[in-house]
Amino acid sequence: MELIDQHAKAIMEGCKERARDAGLCFQDETLEYIVTNRDLLELSPKVMIPTMYDYWVHDVEVLKGKGRYELYPSNPFETVVNTRPAISYYNDNNPDWLNVMIFYHVLGHIDFFQNNLYFRHTWDDDFTGQALADKRVIARLRSEHGRWVDYVIEFARSLDNLVDFHGLLSDLHRPRRDGVSTRVDYYFDVFLQERKKVRINDYVKEIERYNVCLRTGGAEGEEIFFGEVNARYPEFAALFEKGDREPRRHTRDVLQFLLDHSPFLANEENRWMQDVLQVVRETSLYFQPQIRTKIMNEGWASYWHETLFMQDDRIKGHEVDFARVNSAVTAMPRVGLNPYALGMRLFYFIEEGADKGRYSLDFDFLRDADQRREFDRHTGNGRNFIFAVRENYNDFLFVNTFVEQDFIDRNKLFVADKVMDEQRMVWRWYVKSRRADDYKAMIRESLYHPPHITVDVDKTGEDTLYLVHHFEGMPLVGEFIQNTMLGLEFLWGGKVTLETTEVKSVKKPDVKQPSLPGMAPDPEPEPEITWQRVRYVMKDRKLGKGVV
Amino acid sequence: MDPRLEAYLDRLQAAGADPARLARLRHEAVDGGCDHGPLDPWSAVFTPGVDVLRGVAGIYDQADLSWIQALSVENGSYSVRIKSLDDLMERDKRREKDGFPRKIRIGKLVKPGRGGREKVVVVPTTVEEKFVHDPNFREQAEGGGSGGSGEGEEGEVIGEQPVRPQPGEGDGAGPGQGEGSDHEMESNAYDLGKILTEQFSLPNLQNKGKKRSLTRYNYDLTDRHRGFGQLLDKKATLKQIIRTNLALGRMKPDEEPDATGFLVAPQDKIYRILSREKDFESQALVFFLRDYSGSMSGKPTEMVVSQHVMIYSWILYQYGGQVESRFVLHDTEAKEVPDFYTYYNSRVAGGTRVAAAFRLVNEIVAKENLARDYNIYVFHGTDGDDWDSEGKEMLPELEKMMGYASRVGVTIAQNNHGSGDETEVQKYLEKSGLLKEKPHLLRMDVMGEDANEGRIIEGIKHLIGE
Repeated sequence: MELIDQHAKAIMEGCKERARDAGLCFQDETLEYIVTNRDLLELSPKVMIPTMYDYWVHDVEVLKGKGRYELYPSNPFETVVNTRPAISYYNDNNPDWLNVMIFYHVLGHIDFFQNNLYFRHTWDDDFTGQALADKRVIARLRSEHGRWVDYVIEFARSLDNLVDFHGLLSDLHRPRRDGVSTRVDYYFDVFLQERKKVRINDYVKEIERYNVCLRTGGAEGEEIFFGEVNARYPEFAALFEKGDREPRRHTRDVLQFLLDHSPFLANEENRWMQDVLQVVRETSLYFQPQIRTKIMNEGWASYWHETLFMQDDRIKGHEVDFARVNSAVTAMPRVGLNPYALGMRLFYFIEEGADKGRYSLDFDFLRDADQRREFDRHTGNGRNFIFAVRENYNDFLFVNTFVEQDFIDRNKLFVADKVMDEQRMVWRWYVKSRRADDYKAMIRESLYHPPHITVDVDKTGEDTLYLVHHFEGMPLVGEFIQNTMLGLEFLWGGKVTLETTEVKSVKKPDVKQPSLPGMAPDPEPEPEITWQRVRYVMKDRKLGKGVV
Repeated sequence: MDPRLEAYLDRLQAAGADPARLARLRHEAVDGGCDHGPLDPWSAVFTPGVDVLRGVAGIYDQADLSWIQALSVENGSYSVRIKSLDDLMERDKRREKDGFPRKIRIGKLVKPGRGGREKVVVVPTTVEEKFVHDPNFREQAEGGGSGGSGEGEEGEVIGEQPVRPQPGEGDGAGPGQGEGSDHEMESNAYDLGKILTEQFSLPNLQNKGKKRSLTRYNYDLTDRHRGFGQLLDKKATLKQIIRTNLALGRMKPDEEPDATGFLVAPQDKIYRILSREKDFESQALVFFLRDYSGSMSGKPTEMVVSQHVMIYSWILYQYGGQVESRFVLHDTEAKEVPDFYTYYNSRVAGGTRVAAAFRLVNEIVAKENLARDYNIYVFHGTDGDDWDSEGKEMLPELEKMMGYASRVGVTIAQNNHGSGDETEVQKYLEKSGLLKEKPHLLRMDVMGEDANEGRIIEGIKHLIGE
């Protein structure tokens, strides 16, 4: 792995100037490396981070079939590593014009990494440096504890999708207190919601009462408000005293919970395991925003490489070459999803919409199709608007907010589905729907989404760690439960319970014969599924299961 | 439908067969009435005029290096990355001692190629277990929807995709599809056999009847030599001395011999001398029989074939390369096919008569006089359907086979659309009593449709166990 030559670096610096003029915003320093196939062989199992810690599973091929959602990028060949300075990788024999295109693409990514708020926690660190330190820690531990380090890595990694990424973000983006006391915070955020579990209606009424007290009572308003609270809930004052002092328990962050509360890890001779858990957790948190912004990130980078390349004066004569490569990269596939193409088109669509002022109340109120089509306020605000989008959104919000029927129609998008023709051994893909809502639902289905599993603090005690899977319409992969819980039991040092929901029975609809070639297949009727809540218990490395 | 099948079904009907079963057979014969052309991605049957889709990518399948810069890594065989398979297996064994379940699985088993270049490829794989959502819980077609763009009405078929991945794309694991020599295949299959033996503690087969082999030699003190050598053969030397002295007249046949008067010449000393001997290794011949009738479509075929690959690899290992294999496919007729590729890829169709396959094997063995030179193993995979529901034709052939075979293993991969209870083959085999009578010669293994790799290996243990 060596740095690109001075000639290519000069081109890169030229790209940076032009990108800055266009409004992109990133740090000055970047590192560009040439990679060979051999380098890739070593880098790809380490998700392109050369200083990633060693782990034997990296050396074996990992099957990905079962769980569609994996934390680590399934295709690890990312060009840009989000670190300080940003690192990017290049093929040895790229011609200059292609490098210009790739440099712009890379700058798009760097701008995204350094401005999108979901990456906030990665802004202050040099991750490759951090990873190197971690790698050394692991290597040192391995020399002391041998294979047990690998077991701990394995068990920690089996929980690394339960790290409460959003909790971390919410801590980082905590709004400033504008004169609101902790008592008010506690009352509305914790006491009413978690303790009393009041209905929304009552909650809103209570807020209203608070506002009225402040308006009428002036400086004494809060006291007046809590006067009544204390009368109604005599226990409040004591609970507030206690709750205020008690540190927050990380119930959504299973790894952190283990670090804080596992009796096993607290043992003197097991302390070293905490280091391993910490490394795995940090690594996971580092990757979280990347996998949650795949469409936006690639779309943003593609938007900018296309826009800036076309304006670049240095590449005269290579327009056709560029058009060829670019169309291959950003073409909408006939069937399948291309995050580059989808994200880029959506950014163009949003920019145009914002230019016309369509993201406004006026437009929302319009019901007449003609008027909606003709609507144009010439705000000239499109660029600024997409910059704000790249700062504040992730894939889910991006698609959910901005994909609309106009976008689907214009790009002729549809939801595709397939049926198997067993006789001829082919999948037959057909157009299932051209409705924007269905399309959004389809994207939502394919986005990374780890299960929502929390620690039930009340049921967790000396003898057991109690996890609750909050069911969202999809069960967990059954065959993974055993080993995941085995690792969990090891790290907790005692019995572990998981409450989850499983399919009790599926009533299959009658199987129909595949229809004639070229004809529309009959839509398969949805099977009827009965669910049941079950409880898995892992004790002494034996898994038991019972219905709740 | 084939008129002969028709006639056969009519005969069954006349004989008062169960109407439900008859209907199923008729369905099988009509439904799978097409030929046994090779079934594989190269020739998956596409509808003319409909786009052929080569791969359907998801959101996370593309990344800059591969997508824009067209950089790719030959996935490299595992051996590039890890020190050796043995290390890996050792580590896995260690896990068991430490009280954790093993984690290495054997990945891809077969990469069929044309012209006998088939490969059995061992790719150690593993999974990282986590709590993750299972999108396939509906037990429907796996996968699910995707996006698309372009023309087409709702409901219109706009493309077809082969069910099996193309060579060189999709989940390309292990060594590439390039020109591999036969040797490569053998060694890989050998590796697989070794893993199977070590990891799953398969029983060792006994070496039955040593047969001729021309490839290996042994050195032993078997030859005799006059005058010099490594070891004096006293008895032979004494005989020679007596013979010489008789000829010289120093010893009279009728008188008591007087050894003091004997002459002993150096040439009379007989020695044993180290010499090269041909080593007689046992040879194995394995017949793989597969039912490729219409009812076998899907999972049963897959299970039977992967079990056969494992058996093949394992026997190869066990007999140190001295194994030959023959492949026989049958529906109502049986035929021998030249290579594993054809064996693996022939499409299922037609009806079922198990006896045909067994008869063909018996004929081959008799004609080529194979029983003399080989340990013969016969493995048969079926879904248990047999039009000959009593086994009237099948059982005599089986008994004949058991006369020479070292082991006959019958795998029944049960099918969902079966009635759920015992299949015909299972019934008549059990009724015949042969399973109990000669358990060392005949084994049967019945698997459900949901059997996984572990279960298949359990099955092998049963089929070839002592």
